Amino acid sequence: MIELQGLAKRFGPLAAVRNVSLIATDGRVTGLLGPNGAGKSTTLRLLYGVQRPDAGRALVDGIDVATEPARALARLGVLPHNAGLYPHLTARENIRYYGALQGLAGAVLERRIDALAELLELGPLLARRTKGFSQGERVKIALARALVHEPKNLVLDEPTNGLDVLATRNLRALILRLKDAGHCILFTSHVMQEVAALCDEITIIGQGLVVARGTPAELANAVAGGSLEDAFVAALVAGEAG
Amino acid sequence: MSALWTVFAKEVVENLRDRRTVLSALVLGPLGAPLLFSLMMHLGIERGREHDERPLELAVAGREQAPNLVAFLQGHGVHVVAAPGDSAGATETVRRHGARLVLVIPDGYAARLRSGQPSRVLLYADSSDTGAGADHARAASLVAAYSGQVAYWRLAARGLSQDITQPIVVDDIDVSTPAARATVYLGMLSYFIVFATLMGGLYVAIDATAGERERGSLEPLLTVPVTRRALVGGKILAAALYMALSLGLTITTFSLALPLLHLDAYGMMLNLGPRVALSIYALMLPFVLMGAALLTLVASFTRSYREAQSWLGALLLVPTMPIMFAAIYQLAPRLLLMWVPSLSQHLLIQSLLRAEPIGASSVALSAGCTLALGALLARAAIALYERERILG
Repeated sequence: MIELQGLAKRFGPLAAVRNVSLIATDGRVTGLLGPNGAGKSTTLRLLYGVQRPDAGRALVDGIDVATEPARALARLGVLPHNAGLYPHLTARENIRYYGALQGLAGAVLERRIDALAELLELGPLLARRTKGFSQGERVKIALARALVHEPKNLVLDEPTNGLDVLATRNLRALILRLKDAGHCILFTSHVMQEVAALCDEITIIGQGLVVARGTPAELANAVAGGSLEDAFVAALVAGEAG
Repeated sequence: MSALWTVFAKEVVENLRDRRTVLSALVLGPLGAPLLFSLMMHLGIERGREHDERPLELAVAGREQAPNLVAFLQGHGVHVVAAPGDSAGATETVRRHGARLVLVIPDGYAARLRSGQPSRVLLYADSSDTGAGADHARAASLVAAYSGQVAYWRLAARGLSQDITQPIVVDDIDVSTPAARATVYLGMLSYFIVFATLMGGLYVAIDATAGERERGSLEPLLTVPVTRRALVGGKILAAALYMALSLGLTITTFSLALPLLHLDAYGMMLNLGPRVALSIYALMLPFVLMGAALLTLVASFTRSYREAQSWLGALLLVPTMPIMFAAIYQLAPRLLLMWVPSLSQHLLIQSLLRAEPIGASSVALSAGCTLALGALLARAAIALYERERILG
């Protein structure tokens, strides 16, 4: 379970995140939705500890990321925005590096990589150097890397960015499989259809503030048009007026 | 395996597969530096030898007034050519490189000489022409030698011994050893060793820091529960391993290439056997760690691979600067100087090459101060990675 409590972060004069709270529970997909520059990536960076909040807390399974980063991060798998791989290493070596850094080794680690290869359908990619991989292939390897230590919680920042239709479909199916396996999944997107198709729970943020939250159906029903897109726009307009 | 060694192993393997790293660390530096150095040294020695053996070309104006002097000069290997007779003409000739030296024998020279008065001759040279210095000294000393001979004849004609004009005679005794004479030419050896060592870690350090950030692989890495100390430590040690390899190869190439110059034929001796080579390697190891920390720190500051490349290119000169100072100020090894990293290594390498004893305290101080600076630089790099701005 991931809990964000009143997170805030400034970069000089810019208040990137002003007050964001949410709860993402196990076995569900929670979407963080917002236009570009709304503070989605910064919110996630505060969660996975590469940036420190000015106010508020981020908890992973009840463990504070700020005070016990090692324990909290061990329970978290992270796929940052545009995550890069090591081009001179094979896919397996890329995944193995993260496994080793997470404290896995030997046969246990290799079996884990094989299991991930099956789950993510990596197949022949595994033995190839990642230089020249397509965006879809890179995302798969980065995802395998994030899952290598079997984290209960998974954070995905715009994972479908740059993916073609087929790769997006595959990734969506994969996220649903992970959800069914009981993972807590928090992911950001600015693509409406994706969020509608995947999420059990949505938090919409604009200008660093939560402007609406609910299930896709609840959000859609709350506005006249009855579509999630209308709800999204309405929430942002209301947020700006407020 | 601890996180530090995991990071180390990954950086080592990854860079081993990078053609640019391998080329600069293990081929260009270790082969290029010794070859360039050997070539320069060969040319330097050859030029010096040609200089001593080739006839001195001297333009002489008014030679008809001093046939004996001209004959004396010619007898000592001087190739005498004619020159314009006035001072303006001589100045112009030297400035325009018509001749490097012009000896003007003024009117009345012969008359004054005959009457026993001091006779003046004028030697025109250009002190900004570095090649002319040796020729100038040679011409001046030949004229002085002729003057001495004339004095000898005059005294002999009066039944006096020349000894009365020479109450003190200086005999030069060269105490330099053949090994020490060789260091006149081998003085820049440590410069090339330092340079090749730094080159060995250059691309590893850039790839592990600025390269990692530019590829977008730094952010996911920072989400792994590993201390920044282990992360930076592993990267520094990976750069250090490549530098140590580069250093070893460079010294090996030097000790194989330099004997081909046959320094013994010039009265010099190359003191770079396996023992000395190993000692140089050991003396340089603290510098390797310090250099790796320095490269990693500076590369961590930069925003991109390209920026890191230009910064580190300039940085390569910093540790070589104390060596330049040592050359300019002719610094001799002293305990006081062992505090300065790279300078201390340079001076100790010089002592080894000259087959002089080096004190244990000097070695300890050199290693201690270099490692202390390295530790400070490493701490600074870790502090940099602990800041959230590291992601850019």
